[in-house]
Amino acid sequence: MVNQWVATLLAGRVPDWFVALITSTLGAVGILGFVLASNVLGVWMERKVLGRFQIRYGPNRVGPVGLLQTLADAIKVLGKEAITPFGVDRWVYWLAPGVAFLPALLTFAVVPFAPGAALADLDIGLLFVSAVGALGVVPIFMAGWSSNNKYSLIGAMRSIAQTVSYEIPLVLSLVGLVLLGGSLRLSALVEYQLQHGWFLLTQPLAFLIFFIAGSAELNRTPTDIMEGESELVAGYHTEYSGFKFSLFYVAEYTHLFAAAAIITVLFLGGWGTGPVLNLAPAVVWFVAKVYLVVFVFMWVRSTLPRLRIDQLMGFCWKFLIPLALLNIFFTALWVYAALSGPVIAVLNLLLAVALVVLWTQLLAGEEAGSPVPYVARPGG
Amino acid sequence: MLPEYAPLAVLLAVAILFPAGGIATSWLLGRLRLRPDHPNPVKNDTYECGVETIGSAWIQFNVRYYYFALLFVIFDIEALFLLPWAVYFRQLQLFGLIEMAIFILILMVGYVYAWKKRALEWT
Repeated sequence: MVNQWVATLLAGRVPDWFVALITSTLGAVGILGFVLASNVLGVWMERKVLGRFQIRYGPNRVGPVGLLQTLADAIKVLGKEAITPFGVDRWVYWLAPGVAFLPALLTFAVVPFAPGAALADLDIGLLFVSAVGALGVVPIFMAGWSSNNKYSLIGAMRSIAQTVSYEIPLVLSLVGLVLLGGSLRLSALVEYQLQHGWFLLTQPLAFLIFFIAGSAELNRTPTDIMEGESELVAGYHTEYSGFKFSLFYVAEYTHLFAAAAIITVLFLGGWGTGPVLNLAPAVVWFVAKVYLVVFVFMWVRSTLPRLRIDQLMGFCWKFLIPLALLNIFFTALWVYAALSGPVIAVLNLLLAVALVVLWTQLLAGEEAGSPVPYVARPGG
Repeated sequence: MLPEYAPLAVLLAVAILFPAGGIATSWLLGRLRLRPDHPNPVKNDTYECGVETIGSAWIQFNVRYYYFALLFVIFDIEALFLLPWAVYFRQLQLFGLIEMAIFILILMVGYVYAWKKRALEWT
């Protein structure tokens, strides 16, 4: 695309390292542009979608259908007083909002937007995604701990417990994909899906687990116990104001779009369109799928109530992890038996339904026989 | 360094510059008196709008969080072993299947033990 055009233009006239520097700078700035535009659109979309789900209008005053509302908010937030409370750990307190943005943006480095259009198509792309994604917990803890506020600290501790737990089903659900695709390179996985069918069809259970665990990693509403407004004021960013506060928001929406992009790449066939609808360029399809996934995240948010922390942790450790392991085992069996794509899809769909139903029954039995009911305790 | 990873460094620089630039702009606006900047002891109190806080927040914390941290380390390492295994599974064939089944079984012993010991409960 633009990068290749610039590269051919410059090739031979300047040294190679300079061409590489220019192209990667262009790519990085392009990614930042995409992320910021998505942030503006995403915040507007979230407020509009939530408004519609709650039978009200959402923003509709600034600009056409309220589109410029986010920009107005951004300018407003820059003009707000930046309060640094007494007793905070100054260094960590100032660093946290900046660090929050890093892992979210870095995820996009390996995302192939179109054939050959990834900033760095690493051969360990999938590992990179999970590693960088897991870093998202660090700024949250930095913010919560350095604020020297008990609400912030509880939010941060919950966040660590939750993010760290959901990291496991997140990674385990991807192993099934790697078994089928035979590579950790994201573009290779997309190519595999275009030939053998989307992983959404051949790995439905993995998709379910990845979607739920991803939603938990994003701290979005059904699982946002680290900032549950009704209990913790605002959780880890209670003590933040002005631009530093808004950076946490930017990071959150960037994470949301990063997760949607990863889901698109891994389960929805990336830039692929299927045999019929090859009308628009690949990158348009990719972005459309990303926004569709983001919409589903918003839909989930407006539908489900917030979970309690014991429910959330139990769900992860007793439901998602064993199911993810069983999914790996059965997928390995199918691959060993060298079954074809459609057969695997049917088998895995049946397996997903059977496992979810059976495991729910099993846990319901255990819950009924549980001698200790849940008691809310301080620090929980 | 490996040239494949060079673009990552550029993106990292961009990712550092954006928030740094934003915070600097906010600070500059404060300097130019375009945004308010009037700190006072009451406003800068911890949790200013609510009940006065007692003591510091840097206290000993509930031990349950550390159980999960310990379990996480075990399972995360296991997941790391699974990824390269999955990449080469087509070459390993039956050997790989049995080998990993044994590995998971050993892990499952610990998992069932933790479950029975109620380490997975949040109570």
